[in-house]
Amino acid sequence: MSDWLSAEEWTAVRLSLLVATTAMLASLPFGLAIAWLLARGRFWGKSLLDAVVHLPLILPPVVTGYLLLIGFGRRGPIGQWLYDWFGIVLSFRWTGAALACAVMGFPLLVRAIRLSIEAVDRKLEDAAGTLGANPFWVFLTVTLPLCLPGILAGMILCFAKAMGEFGATITFVSNIPGETQTLPSAIYTFTQVPNGDAGALRLTLISIAISVAALFCSEALARIVGKRIAVE
Amino acid sequence: MTDAIEIAVEHRLGAFSLAADFASDGRLTALFGRSGSGKTSLVNIIAGLIRPQRGRVVIDGRVMVDSERGVFVPKHKRRIGYVFQEARLFPHLTVRQNLLYGHWFAPRAEAGGSDLDDVLDLLGIGHLLQRQPGSLSGGEKQRVAIGRALLAKPRLLLMDEPLASLDEARKAEILPYIERLRDAFGIPIVYVSHSVAEVARLATNLVVLDQGAVSASGSTIELMSRPGVPILSAAPEAGSVLDARILCHEPEHGLSVLETQAGPLHVPQRSLPVGSHLRVRILASDVLISLKPLEGISALNVLSGTVAEIGARRGDGSALEIGIDCNGASLLARLTSKSAEHLGLKPGNRVYAVIKSVSIDGQ
Repeated sequence: MSDWLSAEEWTAVRLSLLVATTAMLASLPFGLAIAWLLARGRFWGKSLLDAVVHLPLILPPVVTGYLLLIGFGRRGPIGQWLYDWFGIVLSFRWTGAALACAVMGFPLLVRAIRLSIEAVDRKLEDAAGTLGANPFWVFLTVTLPLCLPGILAGMILCFAKAMGEFGATITFVSNIPGETQTLPSAIYTFTQVPNGDAGALRLTLISIAISVAALFCSEALARIVGKRIAVE
Repeated sequence: MTDAIEIAVEHRLGAFSLAADFASDGRLTALFGRSGSGKTSLVNIIAGLIRPQRGRVVIDGRVMVDSERGVFVPKHKRRIGYVFQEARLFPHLTVRQNLLYGHWFAPRAEAGGSDLDDVLDLLGIGHLLQRQPGSLSGGEKQRVAIGRALLAKPRLLLMDEPLASLDEARKAEILPYIERLRDAFGIPIVYVSHSVAEVARLATNLVVLDQGAVSASGSTIELMSRPGVPILSAAPEAGSVLDARILCHEPEHGLSVLETQAGPLHVPQRSLPVGSHLRVRILASDVLISLKPLEGISALNVLSGTVAEIGARRGDGSALEIGIDCNGASLLARLTSKSAEHLGLKPGNRVYAVIKSVSIDGQ
């Protein structure tokens, strides 16, 4: 494989997969919690939370990236705190790229999970309650399995968004080969240098292949899960 | 001994208000009423799905709700089994996993309750264990739902019109299981129904709900045989219920003779042995009344008694019910108001009740 991909291209592919997977898995617990709050919660400021979650979807990605830079940069309020207490540095690191991708994919993740939680029949949860399950067990044994297709769909969407994220990533963590240069950044770089067309085309093909594979994967999972929980 | 259930609650939901007050220690207490009378709300209050605005709910001596003391036990701590109108099986679990769901949360240490084999045996669902709920028939789903509730070792079993969504054949399939459940498991049951026939067949105690209030409560046999009970007496299938025992068979006529407190009754021959206990129901509309003993009449079943109570004329004035005391047992008869007037019936009159048909309602 390394025969037809240069070392630099190969690094970009690997880095992109790492960043997208990290973004997807790290945002899942938060996505579940927020989706639950939005689907079932009744509290002051719910529509505000909803708006904030959806903001990355409508803001220009560069703006999101710049806000991340202000907030999570070494001198930013959150970035400073993370560094002082945990020694975590996000700016110009691959972890920062993962954060940018997670933020950009978050609305898609939350939306898919929220819709599937709303579709769960509350009567089944009531039935589980009368059988002795406390709210936590009801969530774990009834709600969660029933919205599994939605969770999987949200994860795949989030992963695909992360694989393609460009604007926020390049603004927040720049375009450092081997550290923050993901697939889209690498393609962009190739198009900016003479004779880079071949490299850009190769990475484009890989990008398409990964996206299509993710799509098939989600379809297959949804079918398996859907069959298991065939609605009565 | 404390009552199995004691309820005194008030709850308002929009324009509808529920104010129910009753106690029952029966093996199977039926909540009877028209749709919209508050039966399901009341059962949901007992189960803990609705928090009543005011009142007390005591189950088996344990206080579940007491608004004055701020007590409200959440549904998962009540240990009250609930069989819903639609079975509500978990679609992502197999029948076996559905059955054992509540069992898993029930306290292990507690003695009693029922194990899987007993329940499979009682409900006849052993062959379904590996199936998914989606592939079951309506009657099978409902039996699995009953099993699931039983295996959670409930202190009380609520059944909210479990037969309402089934056709007549499926109803007939499930009724015997509910009878066995009532007699064999020792768990008090609250059974919601709007069918007089189901109530007559299953209930030991009866609570009649009318527009959110309890209009009558007591033993089924006594209430069913009384004129003037709201909704119940006026229902087309109103009738008295009697406990009976098979006295002898007359195979040459294809008949069995039953002994009841009210007197002997002839019914089409039963396959049960002599001495078996039965519950029979005599529809009010199947009873004729005569002031004199009848001669030369084809009816086999004629009981004598005295008029105990005359019900009020109903809204349209066409018919009324009369309670007849036959040797201490009570018989309900439906007359047109014209014939009641014509006969000049008064409490204490000696009358003869001619019974056109007797239906057998189970054991």
